[in-house]
Amino acid sequence: MAKVLVVTSGKGGVGKTTSTAALGGALAQSGEKVVVIDFDVGLRNLDLVMGAERRVVFDLINVVQGDAKLNQALIRDKRIENLSLLPASQTRDKDALTEEGVARVLADLKQKFDWIICDSPAGIERGATLAMRHADVAVVVTNPEVSSVRDSDRIIGLLDSKTEKAENGERVEKHLLLTRYDPVRAERGEMLKVDDVLEILSIPLLGIIPESEEVLRASNVGSPVTLNNPGSAPGRAYFDAARRLKGESVEMTIPSDKKGLLGKLFGRRAA
Amino acid sequence: MNLMNLFNRRTSAPVARERLQILLAHERGIVGGKPDLVALLREEILAVVGRHVAVERDRVHVRMNRGADLSTLEIEVEIPAPGMARA
Repeated sequence: MAKVLVVTSGKGGVGKTTSTAALGGALAQSGEKVVVIDFDVGLRNLDLVMGAERRVVFDLINVVQGDAKLNQALIRDKRIENLSLLPASQTRDKDALTEEGVARVLADLKQKFDWIICDSPAGIERGATLAMRHADVAVVVTNPEVSSVRDSDRIIGLLDSKTEKAENGERVEKHLLLTRYDPVRAERGEMLKVDDVLEILSIPLLGIIPESEEVLRASNVGSPVTLNNPGSAPGRAYFDAARRLKGESVEMTIPSDKKGLLGKLFGRRAA
Repeated sequence: MNLMNLFNRRTSAPVARERLQILLAHERGIVGGKPDLVALLREEILAVVGRHVAVERDRVHVRMNRGADLSTLEIEVEIPAPGMARA
């Protein structure tokens, strides 16, 4: 049974697109059939982070409006065969997305994929509400920082009231993904700790992604961090999170990139 | 910075945590998952008043101002001229 997952946050710049690409990559590498959809009409970026920016011909709005077939718009990843991308339109108005149209596309995608991952735009406007509207599962991406936590709280409220599931008296399964976390600063009392954020937002923890240079390195070259460097700290953290999404029980750790002396001497590489 | 400052420096994360807890307790009452309190009050006031006097939906205004020490609830119901009243 296909699952519709929304990656959302309210606040911009916390890592929704990075996390969509990384979780999509990790799930696909574990054998699942995955499609990632960009809902950020007018400011699309998932194509760029996935390294498919020069292969976009048709987009989500073309499919919603019937100007292109779904198969024409889907871009299959060149590295992982069972990973596809449905890009957003860069030129059209976001009002071109209708609730019925999105529902129709999602129903078609459910026939082909195991996971449909919707990358939500920031904010609580139309694009964001449409991205979460039909979700079964929500990943709330949060930085350990006051404005991000506040916006996540607001988004959790919307997930509990404005989604199809909520309106039918069911619940969207919600998970917290804490990104850009620095355990050293948290320990020093300079950053909200995992437990602080969990206590405030009170939704289950999906994973802790440590602050790492590897994330920028991966987006520079247009590759999900789980593909570009699976063994890196954020790579491992996203793989663990993906396993938890599949229902596996994985011990919660904060992977680290810290190298020993030999690693420091020989491990340095350019990218 | 002298050495004493280094030791006396108050950590900022507990401040962040406390500010968030206070703010969100406040905001969850207004927005969030529960139905909007002001909208709920408005509907119920409309129902109660409407049992005795004919009032139009858009003639009922409910405003809530929340402060740190004191919150106020302001209700304004416009009632039409006597000839139009029901009973």
